[in-house]
Amino acid sequence: MTLDFSTLLPYTDAILEGLVTTVWLTVVTTVAGIALAIVVAYARDGSREGPSGIVSRLLGAYVEVIRNTPFIVQLFFLFFGLPALGVSISATVAALLAMILNLGAYTAEILRAGIDSTLKGQHEAARALGLSRLQSFRHVVLMPAFSRVYPSLISQCIIVMLGSAVVSQISVFDLTYAANFIQSRNFRGFEVYLVVTLIYLLLAVGLRLAFEFVGRRLFAFRQGGSS
Amino acid sequence: MTDFTLWDIVRNLLLAGRWTVVLSLIAFTGGAVVGLVLTLARMGGLWPVRWLIRLYVDLFQGTPLLMQLFLAYFGAAVLGFDVSAWTAASVALTLFTSAFLCDIWRGCVEAVPSGQWQAARVLGLNYLQSMRHVILPQALRLAVPPTVGFSVQVIKGTALASVIGFVELTKAGTMLNNAAFAPFTIFALVALGYFILCYPLSRYARHLEKKLYGAGIR
Repeated sequence: MTLDFSTLLPYTDAILEGLVTTVWLTVVTTVAGIALAIVVAYARDGSREGPSGIVSRLLGAYVEVIRNTPFIVQLFFLFFGLPALGVSISATVAALLAMILNLGAYTAEILRAGIDSTLKGQHEAARALGLSRLQSFRHVVLMPAFSRVYPSLISQCIIVMLGSAVVSQISVFDLTYAANFIQSRNFRGFEVYLVVTLIYLLLAVGLRLAFEFVGRRLFAFRQGGSS
Repeated sequence: MTDFTLWDIVRNLLLAGRWTVVLSLIAFTGGAVVGLVLTLARMGGLWPVRWLIRLYVDLFQGTPLLMQLFLAYFGAAVLGFDVSAWTAASVALTLFTSAFLCDIWRGCVEAVPSGQWQAARVLGLNYLQSMRHVILPQALRLAVPPTVGFSVQVIKGTALASVIGFVELTKAGTMLNNAAFAPFTIFALVALGYFILCYPLSRYARHLEKKLYGAGIR
């Protein structure tokens, strides 16, 4: 057996194209998924006060269904299932939708833990001072909750980025698709997968560093406080 | 073309679901054994051992499970072994599971207050005795909820074995869909299958966690 990485050189373009796709899928998913999670967490939190028990139940079901089924099945359900219902979507849109729904559910649950651990008195004090529920959520509850669960949030975003390798299975030209493509041409499976795996590892490290950089800015107000 | 009744679909999915369960059990059992050895070696070993195990954990946690499966499947072929999808999936999922369990359990051992260590050593227990009689019993209580929780990730992880041609629940779903073309029904049923396996475990993990916190131990 001999390893020959030079057989990869003619395919640098394919790897780059795949890398770009994986990166932008991850960036869009991170932003949209966290936004979705905030909305879900707010709606679920609110239903404890209001009469909207149905909404809370539905959101709870959404979170549980996503958390207890594999991402690849969610992806296939959206990509193959929706067109059968007459809603036709491209592979890229299906991939993005599946990733956002996935991250949204996990992050909503992570955020909920953060919100639950916020002192109830803080929320009550905000309401007593005349802030609306939304204002209290936005200014008093959300940021401390975020900063408390930020490490879990980073891990979850990395898990979703790594999980995005699966979108290659519906022919989205991501990093994994590029690897499969090259493997089918030069039959150097091991070399290709080894290199691409290392690229994923670097992406994971990079994503963590980026998150930590953003976190230091975002939560500067908590510096010196407990975390 | 033969017509597929709903029962045909459900029956075939149930038959394939057995292999999801079997693969999950193999991965979880194998992963627990390897993970335990790694945890113990990491706690007591010399720094090069600790460093290597940490690298091992980081590698598995920082790369896609799908890539690990591809490497096990194609990599073994390059090394001259002719492995089946069964072997490749079992090996990759076992190593994947061991890395995550090692990380979870290390956290649990470290969560036992260091005073307990010191007290045990002062009382004349050696490393292994302290571990066996003082630290592990306490760490075990902490470890059960996250370990049960992680088993859900293992079950979901087996779905990726479908990509290297292992016929389990997900692969059966795509094969049935190619023949019957009822993607909405079939993938909803596949998802239901996983949900039935995973949801009770998720609930149980949460229940255990609440009980632990309720007992005032963190």
